[in-house]
Amino acid sequence: MDILIAAILTIITAATPLLFAALGELVTEKSGVLNLGVEGMMIMGAIIGFVAVHHTGSASVAIIASMVAGAFMASIFAILVLKFHARQVPTGLALTIFGLGLSALIGQSMIGVAYTGIPKIAIPGLASIPVIGNILFNQDGLVYLSILMVIVVYWFMNKTRAGLILRAVGDSHDAAHAMGYSVVKIRFMAILFGGAMAGVGGAYLSLAYSPLWVEGMTAGRGWIALALVVFASWKVGRVLLGAYLFGGITILQLHAQALGIGIPSQVMSMLPYLATILVLVFISRDKTKIKLNSPASLGKPFHESR
Amino acid sequence: MLPRLIKRQTPSASMVYLSPVLALLLTLVASIILFLMMGVSPAAALHAFFVEPISSVYGLSELTVKATPLILIGVALSLGFRAGVWNIGAEGQLILGGIFGGTTALFFYEKTGFYIIPLILITGIIGGMLWAGIVAFLKTRFNANEILTSLMLSYVAALLLNLLIHGPLKDPDGFNFPESRLFSDSALLPILYDGTRMHLGAIIALVAVGLGWILLSRTLLGYQIKVIGDAPAAGEHAGFSPSKIIWITLLISGGAAGLAGAIEVSGPIGQVLPNISPGYGFAAIIVAYVGRLHPLGVLFSALLLALSYLGGETAQIKLNLPVAVTGVFQGLLLFFLLASDVLIHYRLQFSKQAAV
Amino acid sequence: MTEKSEYLIELTGMRKAFPGVLATDNVDLKIRRGEVHALLGENGAGKSTLVKMIYGILKPDAGEIRFNGETVDIKNPAHARELGVAMVFQHFSLFDSLTVVENISLGMDQKSDMKTLATKITDVSERYGLPLDPHRHVYTLSVGERQRIEIIRCLLQEPKLLIMDEPTSVLTPQEVDKLFITLRRLGEEGLAILYISHKLDEIKALCDDATILRLGKKVGGVSVAEESTGSLAAMMMGEELKEFKQAAKVTVGDIRLEAKDLNMIASDPLGISLKNINLEVRAGEVVGIAGVAGNGQDELLTALNGEHRNNNPESIYIEGKASANLNPNQRRELGMASVPEKRLGHGAMPDMNLIDNAFLTAYDRLGFIKSGLIDYAKTRKFAKEVIRDFNVKTPRANVPAASLSGGNLQKFIIGREFKQKPSILVVSQPTWGVDAGAAQTIREAIREMASQGAAVLVISQDLDELMEISDRIGAICGGVLSKFYPIEEIIIEKMGLLMAGVELEDGVQNVA
Repeated sequence: MDILIAAILTIITAATPLLFAALGELVTEKSGVLNLGVEGMMIMGAIIGFVAVHHTGSASVAIIASMVAGAFMASIFAILVLKFHARQVPTGLALTIFGLGLSALIGQSMIGVAYTGIPKIAIPGLASIPVIGNILFNQDGLVYLSILMVIVVYWFMNKTRAGLILRAVGDSHDAAHAMGYSVVKIRFMAILFGGAMAGVGGAYLSLAYSPLWVEGMTAGRGWIALALVVFASWKVGRVLLGAYLFGGITILQLHAQALGIGIPSQVMSMLPYLATILVLVFISRDKTKIKLNSPASLGKPFHESR
Repeated sequence: MLPRLIKRQTPSASMVYLSPVLALLLTLVASIILFLMMGVSPAAALHAFFVEPISSVYGLSELTVKATPLILIGVALSLGFRAGVWNIGAEGQLILGGIFGGTTALFFYEKTGFYIIPLILITGIIGGMLWAGIVAFLKTRFNANEILTSLMLSYVAALLLNLLIHGPLKDPDGFNFPESRLFSDSALLPILYDGTRMHLGAIIALVAVGLGWILLSRTLLGYQIKVIGDAPAAGEHAGFSPSKIIWITLLISGGAAGLAGAIEVSGPIGQVLPNISPGYGFAAIIVAYVGRLHPLGVLFSALLLALSYLGGETAQIKLNLPVAVTGVFQGLLLFFLLASDVLIHYRLQFSKQAAV
Repeated sequence: MTEKSEYLIELTGMRKAFPGVLATDNVDLKIRRGEVHALLGENGAGKSTLVKMIYGILKPDAGEIRFNGETVDIKNPAHARELGVAMVFQHFSLFDSLTVVENISLGMDQKSDMKTLATKITDVSERYGLPLDPHRHVYTLSVGERQRIEIIRCLLQEPKLLIMDEPTSVLTPQEVDKLFITLRRLGEEGLAILYISHKLDEIKALCDDATILRLGKKVGGVSVAEESTGSLAAMMMGEELKEFKQAAKVTVGDIRLEAKDLNMIASDPLGISLKNINLEVRAGEVVGIAGVAGNGQDELLTALNGEHRNNNPESIYIEGKASANLNPNQRRELGMASVPEKRLGHGAMPDMNLIDNAFLTAYDRLGFIKSGLIDYAKTRKFAKEVIRDFNVKTPRANVPAASLSGGNLQKFIIGREFKQKPSILVVSQPTWGVDAGAAQTIREAIREMASQGAAVLVISQDLDELMEISDRIGAICGGVLSKFYPIEEIIIEKMGLLMAGVELEDGVQNVA
């Protein structure tokens, strides 16, 4: 029983950073922009959040700082892609390379610094429910926030006019432009949101998951988040499902040895990456489905013309 | 008032070549600001970065050592990028080349013979092709995004190397250190200039530049690559097969990365280590772009990026700067290049009057 | 509501110049309430420029617009809509992945919640005979249904003036009839309609008054009832309409291209699958295939030229050889050339230069590869010949294809194929979006190819064009091809039925 509870708790902590980053990328992609720089934005969120908590001691300040860092990185991408008409794929790659380098530079003085981890918030009453209470209602604030964001993003995309406009821009930027909507402005906001979410996802790693700073600690999670968006067929609810599925694979890796299964640790560590490939293959082989679900102007350059 | 971007009627030919130069200048300016923020004298830092590493014969030879894998992979990636095939997992393919080549070297540990080195290089190529072939298969058969699969396979490759170096490839007399035996002399690439580490790989890299150039500019395959990259439907109209191009470009770039991996283990490293590349596979993406996806351009940009590796090491020793500066420099360079490229298709207009 | 003027809208002295061309010059236009007013003119006569000024997209250089007798300065489309002007564009601005109601909501200035809007849509669609389910996704709708979205969107704004820019170019003749019923009804309710077209019979059927433009100038303001199509055409063209001269009857030779029960599943999930296609094209004749856009034209072209293949070789014969399994290169070797509808990205590579573009389909037939390497000198020579012989306007041969205008690029592509002297030619939408001069050149070149003995198949949305150049004609609808009829035995109404997928009964060869 204790092992099971521990396993579920690990799933939640492993899923949360992916959930943040994938939700953010989903909104960006729904506006028609493919930002491959998620890994770079995440790692910057991780280090800036860690630096902030080290200097201020406040988890809230650290979380906000990580969002700002992610959004700042995203703004570089947005300016290059929207204002300078740079191509999205190489620009996203550049963002990742730059973020990995810059975070390592900033994090030089943070190696070996300890942090206790952001505090857990027990929801009064609910947290004392046996078993479930401890799992569901005694988490850190970011876990609650990630679930809240799923609801907020779902509501925004499907129930608000702004969400409708964002989807319209992602479907056909030319038609949206012809109707007088500012494609550039809307995409800029979507990209910034994606950056802020990736930033806080990264911060979850350095503030809660590990809590410490290690160079390159995102270890490909930004890329897995990108794959999750495809897995989810650009649907918000499925991102939640996907993130928790991947969280589940991560715990296999952590708990297999505890259970005495004699598989080398490296093989277990490969699992999330291999699972990502499997999932991509499984989802992508149906071209029709991908075509119908993915935003029609995803990755295509937009030139205002008359 | 801000300058406006006005679309050019036809793209500027001169900006195609000037843009990387402009990008380099902007990167230098940004680096100076970065050094100032870190409290380092920009003059000293720039000297340590860009001058000191190449002010000796040994330094120059080291430049070729670092540039060799970058050129090999950069040329090959250029082909793929031109076709719109985004292999960004060259790092993993390089590692596989290292594993395969290294295993060959260790297999012939007690043998001597001229055939050993070619075998190492060929098995390295096969290893890289195998890894990239998985990507091509998943892309052509299942439509799986090659960016994500090739990258995921890079992580898998690193773990695979780690697994093997803790197991079968580990030096039996190595006190359990995760390292292989040092290769025997017949498994080491010949040195071109005594007293340096400059090796046969440098010549192989130059040959790759030449071959890549001819392939791209004068052969039907090169033409097909360019057509598929610019307009896949036009390629199909002419009867070219996109799947074939995906397979070929991935096998070429995987093979080149694998060759680079084999060259690394049998050249400058001389054994198999848990870590055989400081990110050459990723840096080669920048090399390809800064080199305009043209083999000759790749040659120059590879030398520049190689210098950034050497400079980073020098700056660490002399000025106690973190090595991570190299990564920042590389990222900035690509950013500024992508930004400067706007001037190929647009020109700046400073007047306040908007053109109608 | 006070009505200060007899006219809803009065334009006087409208002038707009673009670099190098005076698009409209001192044009007057007056429309009464409840009138269906035709704006008539050939391509390039200045019709679009004029209505763009009314709709606030372009700013006039000179001239006055009076709305309800008051002078107005229309700043932008939103302002125009505020005044009561609505416009249905020739090319729709629709979002495929969204529903009808979502699309309409995005185009409305005043916001209302989706439920109310859906009810309003149903109301309007029932009232005016424009059936449309508000909750369908746009990608599931036909072109005619898509146009209804635009019309309903306009009507929901309760406009006083409705501008329609060539609305029938995407409709079958039967759909046109339905649209006209709706438009007449709207006119009876007091809505003024400005109807832009160059199709004379439509204007005769629908409009009250007409303003005729030629080369940017107003050349006539008439009451339609008092004019014949001939006199309208004379004003529009500037000379009496030339009698359509039947080309000298060519001697038709052997079958060069034949499809036998050709089936092809669409590779694109939103594409059209081809069903039991049967056709034959003989040496020396031009066969036309009409049809409304999106009914399988592209799929037919790519099936015939080998871009898409099936595994039944017997379903296509080229020069008598079973060919359905051959790739485009092998079919070109047998003498087939093709010109796809989409120029940039299908017929040509946008970012590559004209020399590279000349190489694309010609390298094999004309031998541009010498001992494994590309012979650029020879390719360049060929590109320059195409540019010269087909009068392609470009500064040099080494400019990107994307820098050419649509008409010039089309001349280049047509030239590239024609100069290879194919014995079979399949051309799709040869003159779509091409200016009148270039279109004439292209049509003449197509007839010329046939008279030199090639078998020519032309797929086009432009019925007038097909009636002009074809010897036999049929239509495609939903991936099904109709029977073919000799051109002198068919009239437009019958073509309409064919385009709508209705098979004509045999023996009902009409009297034209």
